[in-house]
Amino acid sequence: MTTLEAPRQAPFPAAETGRRGRLAAVRSWWLIAALLLGLLLTIVPFLWMVLGSLKTQQELVQQPPTWLPENATTSNYERLWNRLDLPRYFWNSTFIAVMITLANLLFCSMVGYALAKLRFVGRDKIFLLVLGTLLVPGAVMLVPLFVLMARLELVDSPWAVILPAAAGPLGVFLMRQFMLGIPDDLIEAARVDGAREFTIFWKIVLPLSAPALAALGIVTFLPAWNALLWPLVVLTSQDNYTLPVALAIFARGQFQADYGLLMAGSVALVVPVIIIFFLLQRQFTQSVTMTGIKG
Amino acid sequence: MTVGQGTVETRPAVPPRTAWARLGPHLTGWAFAAPFLVIFLVFLALPILASLVLSFTGFGLGNLRDWFSAEFVGLDNYTRLVDDEIFLKAARNTLVFVVFGVPVTIALGLLAALGLNRALGRLQGLFRVGYYLPVVTSIVAIAVIWRYLLHPDYGLVNALLGKFGFNPVNWLGESSTALGSIVALGVWRNFGFDMVIFLAALQGINPALIEAARVDGATSWQVFSRVTLPLLKPAILFLAIITSSGYLQLFEEPFVMTGGGPLNSTLSVSMYVYQGLSFGNYGYASAVAYTLFVAIVVLAVIQFRLLRSDETA
Repeated sequence: MTTLEAPRQAPFPAAETGRRGRLAAVRSWWLIAALLLGLLLTIVPFLWMVLGSLKTQQELVQQPPTWLPENATTSNYERLWNRLDLPRYFWNSTFIAVMITLANLLFCSMVGYALAKLRFVGRDKIFLLVLGTLLVPGAVMLVPLFVLMARLELVDSPWAVILPAAAGPLGVFLMRQFMLGIPDDLIEAARVDGAREFTIFWKIVLPLSAPALAALGIVTFLPAWNALLWPLVVLTSQDNYTLPVALAIFARGQFQADYGLLMAGSVALVVPVIIIFFLLQRQFTQSVTMTGIKG
Repeated sequence: MTVGQGTVETRPAVPPRTAWARLGPHLTGWAFAAPFLVIFLVFLALPILASLVLSFTGFGLGNLRDWFSAEFVGLDNYTRLVDDEIFLKAARNTLVFVVFGVPVTIALGLLAALGLNRALGRLQGLFRVGYYLPVVTSIVAIAVIWRYLLHPDYGLVNALLGKFGFNPVNWLGESSTALGSIVALGVWRNFGFDMVIFLAALQGINPALIEAARVDGATSWQVFSRVTLPLLKPAILFLAIITSSGYLQLFEEPFVMTGGGPLNSTLSVSMYVYQGLSFGNYGYASAVAYTLFVAIVVLAVIQFRLLRSDETA
């Protein structure tokens, strides 16, 4: 085959690559332009938010809109801090998101270890149960969870948000898949040396699972930080609101048209996420592909 | 069980002597699974079953203290759904969101991934971060930004369109444009996730396959449609199922952008469940939620069959 095809291509290789090269260059310029346009469409709203949070209300409703603030001001942030009790919402959000993340890291890796490395009756059934709940919509949980929380007298408590999210099936799946790749020999050797099962888990398996733990931490923390629906249902008094709940309620209520204040609030909500995102970019992409492609 | 026997065979030298020794490994396994199982059973499995039971009752505010005082109404809640115009409207809106939103999201995610994979080299990271930013951003912040950007009087969108001679549009305030705006927002917010999955899948493709097709004289389009696309099928299947199940649960975008209005033109099924909950119609809201659940599972199964059978054909 190769000998037959070679002479057919031989006569004009130079011309061919030359034209192709130029064509490819033109095409890649188009491509880069399109990609840049896409980038503008995703980034400009965020820039608009930051710039808007520094503008006065008067400038925010000006026509046509200005790009850079004419009289940059921090008054929106001051009002956010003093009048809206931002520190409290920020603390509530942090507490809930951190607790949920720690609980998931511990519980999901424990059960992940059991499912990947221990042999016991009912193991495969637990795993099937976990997989079976991955598609259940949040709306199905809403009503019975509320009824249950009312019964447990946890309505309006941060624990009503933390407990149901303390061990997600996705985390179990992720940890199990990762731990399957840890060599059995290591664990077996420790067992022969007389190490107890929890010591093996804590001292050997967990440190080796660091990449998966980082990924799990990210995919747990972000939704917990951003969560809206369930906290909105179950946190009923203003003192217990998380940041997204507070902002969502203010944005629909008395501060509806106070764009500067709302955008300053959005900056407070988004900046921690962006910082984490930039710091842990690599783990981010890993976390998505770990939970994604292997499923 | 068979696996368990296998372990015993590999270590015949130390046969378990006492009952405790035989039970030990099983107990350890269950002990490791216990914290998860308790949370899972109480806060996930139990509510899923309870929701089904609730949907056959007239459970209301009055029954919160004594659960068993709720009246059993059989299929009444479900037969009521069929005549409930608001529910039908919500179902239609949700379907529109899925039918238009899912293909566009996946297509844009694929285009972005192909583009990034092809060009840019070092700058790729920057673009990836930019495209992914909306995915990790709180919907509440997104709503604040976009409601201002789409404002009929002082929004940037109308100001830019005005430069090209278009009249201002009340994007979120008119029933004719509100749902379309929500679909566009959903795509804007989610395509970055699909892109990351596609990028990973593209990097998993053996470059030799594509090179071989090129050497055989295939055009770029042929390489894409005959080699790359078929190899991306598992990623497409995964994204189709994940994206449609996510979009069927549409709640946050209309909740924060329009509150379901105007005239229920952006009301979604999940929002309708939320409304039922706030009015204390727990039984009826559960029936709505379970209907949605069934729809999600059915759609997932159909997609699985369709995309799978393609593969074997």
